[in-house]
Amino acid sequence: MSHLEVQGLHASVGAREVVRGVDLHVASGEVHVVMGPNGSGKSTLAHALMGRPGTIVTEGSIRIDGTELVGLPSWRRARAGLFLALQQPIEVPGVLLEATMEEALAGNASPGNASPGNASPGNASPGNASPGNASPGNASPGNGAVAERLVEEAAAIGFDERFLRRPLNVDLSGGERKRNEVVQLCVIRPKFAVLDEIDSGLDVDAVRAVSRRIERATSEWGLGVVAVTHFHRLLRELRADKVHVLVGGRIVSSGGPELAEELERTGYGLYGASDADGIGTAGT
Amino acid sequence: MLTAARAAALSGPEWLRERRARAAEELAVMPRPSEKEEVWRYTPIDELELDDFEPLPGGAREDLGALGSEFVNGVVSDLRAYAAFATVVDGSPVAVDRTGLPASVRVGGLEGDPLLGQVLDGGDALVRANDAFLPDAVVVDVPAGVTLDAPVVIVHWCSAGCTASTASFPRTVVRLGRGSSAQVVEVVAGAPGAGRGLVVPVTELSAGDGSQLSYAALQVLGTEVWHIARVAAAAGRDATLRTFSVGLGGAYDRSRTDALAEGPGSTTELRSAYLGTGSQVHDIRTLQDHAAAHTTSDLLCKGAVAGTSRSVYSGLIRVRRGAVRTNAFQTNHNLVLEEGAHADSVPNLDIEENDVRCSHASTVGPVDEDQRYYLESRGIPPARAERLIVLGFFDDIVQRCPVPALVPRLRHEVEQRLVSALELRPGAHEAAGQEAEDDG
Ligand SMILES: Nc1ncnc2c1ncn2[C@@H]1O[C@H](COP(=O)(O)OP(=O)(O)OP(=O)(O)O)[C@@H](O)[C@H]1O
Ligand SMILES: [Mg+2]
Repeated sequence: MSHLEVQGLHASVGAREVVRGVDLHVASGEVHVVMGPNGSGKSTLAHALMGRPGTIVTEGSIRIDGTELVGLPSWRRARAGLFLALQQPIEVPGVLLEATMEEALAGNASPGNASPGNASPGNASPGNASPGNASPGNASPGNGAVAERLVEEAAAIGFDERFLRRPLNVDLSGGERKRNEVVQLCVIRPKFAVLDEIDSGLDVDAVRAVSRRIERATSEWGLGVVAVTHFHRLLRELRADKVHVLVGGRIVSSGGPELAEELERTGYGLYGASDADGIGTAGT
Repeated sequence: MLTAARAAALSGPEWLRERRARAAEELAVMPRPSEKEEVWRYTPIDELELDDFEPLPGGAREDLGALGSEFVNGVVSDLRAYAAFATVVDGSPVAVDRTGLPASVRVGGLEGDPLLGQVLDGGDALVRANDAFLPDAVVVDVPAGVTLDAPVVIVHWCSAGCTASTASFPRTVVRLGRGSSAQVVEVVAGAPGAGRGLVVPVTELSAGDGSQLSYAALQVLGTEVWHIARVAAAAGRDATLRTFSVGLGGAYDRSRTDALAEGPGSTTELRSAYLGTGSQVHDIRTLQDHAAAHTTSDLLCKGAVAGTSRSVYSGLIRVRRGAVRTNAFQTNHNLVLEEGAHADSVPNLDIEENDVRCSHASTVGPVDEDQRYYLESRGIPPARAERLIVLGFFDDIVQRCPVPALVPRLRHEVEQRLVSALELRPGAHEAAGQEAEDDG
């Protein structure tokens, strides 16, 4: 059982404090949903967790199983078991998905990645070493393994296989980019995944397929999820355990899925947020 | 010395000797290139003492093995299914293997016909020097209606610099008749350890009406050699002409490509790539010249500078009167990998028509922060993330090589040069250490 513990987190972008005291505790297999008005700091929180340069943590801590992530560069946070699916995945011309995943898995011996290759039935071809399970010192998991996992994960969410041979996010539609993030998530198999609006841009079938895959991951390798969304739908599909409402950079309310239903009716007005300004009105 | 007497000492048919003599006379009174001119801005051309160089007689060297390089051998083996293969030494074809060539196609040295100067007549002092001192030329003449499935490969061995202050003047003429189709590859190579030498290749490409010409030039000279190349290309009615140049070697590497959309409906596609390491200077000049209606040109130039190397890209889109419905695109991206390196990008437009669509875009800067963050967020350490991004940056252009058989070898060569350049950087070992620590 792993734990992601965020305590008293404050983060600034430029001169402005956007995340203003966030506490969050996610255990393996749990699904937490973060909702909140536009501009309330959800993406900034996600980047603060992942360690984006320019998003400065000024106070607080982020731990995975006791390891402090604040102060670590992004790649080390990733290797400690954290993954971020970006709200707007970045185009990287000429860099192929497969090469990226091979680099991502090379020498990555974090326990979250070391789960057995695949428990799903019908994938027991002989001579196929457990994919992605790169032991330290074994720099590359071998060509076949990553390619196979990509194909398999793409199939699981109906992501066209030919997109696997594209450079990262180049010439992909908004929805395709989101699916691409999910494919990567499932190839990397982190302990915890922050999904920043993974559902935006996805068609209804894709939301279902993606949600099912992620939901399956929570039992398959105990993935813990922090899902940022604006839609009740994702929360249902993911079978969220907890819902947090982020307004003005603070979690102003937490509860079960029923909280989201309430929000659907009342909006965020209750929490002192106006539609126009997610951060200005609350907390001042 | 680049004197008329030296030009007169070169052998060849009478018409060629006369042509050389005229060029040598003109050269003697022409101004030498100067950094004060826009076309030579940002270059070290003032350091060039053009007249001090000794022109090399073509074909003189027999120890080709000594000039060989792994890259050239690799290209040759990748293109094993060539239509024809010409080995050229300092401008003279010394061997032509035309096994895969239809009898009607000519690949070889100059004969009686006046093919020289049909696309490029006149020119600056360097072109004139080529006219005056070219020992011979490689001619690829594909008659109308012939399609060559495999590439014609020309390897220029340049011994310039093997003896101090010597110069090679390779000349190539490619002519495609109406409706024909061919791929031509030129490799410009020399001894890796050669000293200060000068290589001045001039290539004329003429794509007849409705023809398809794909041309790729790869420069892998030694790091002390100056390479000042000119490609002049013209596309006839509805023809498609693709050029691709890669500059990897040389101390000063200049590649100027002038592509004229001469016939209505013609398309020119220009691709250039460079990689600067050490203290190299790469200088890429392009002209997309539209002289007819309904023509399209598309340029993409990408390169990176490491160490204390410099680059300049300067490109002009010219739309002449009457060239209505022109589409012209120009894109230049430069990666600056180290603080001591520098890149200049100078896009220009000269448009004399209204009904045209032109665009240009250029970037100069270090590796994109967001791209780096994105890869690092997948658990990839900084040095490896950067390597992926920079290789991807090059892959994006290498893949567009119009002679696809070259792609794997080129990719490999760029990767090798890049990896060793990146490893030389201060801090590179620190990053590698970090990785190792994590791996253990
Ligand atoms: N790089 C930046 N520079 C300055 N301000 C920024 C920057 N990034 C975000 N902000 C500001 O921080 C606030 C929070 O932005 P953030 O992207 O975290 O919101 P969000 O809750 O994810 O919104 P949305 O629901 O629209 O995705 C906004 O007011 C935004 O304008
Ligand atoms: Mg957001």
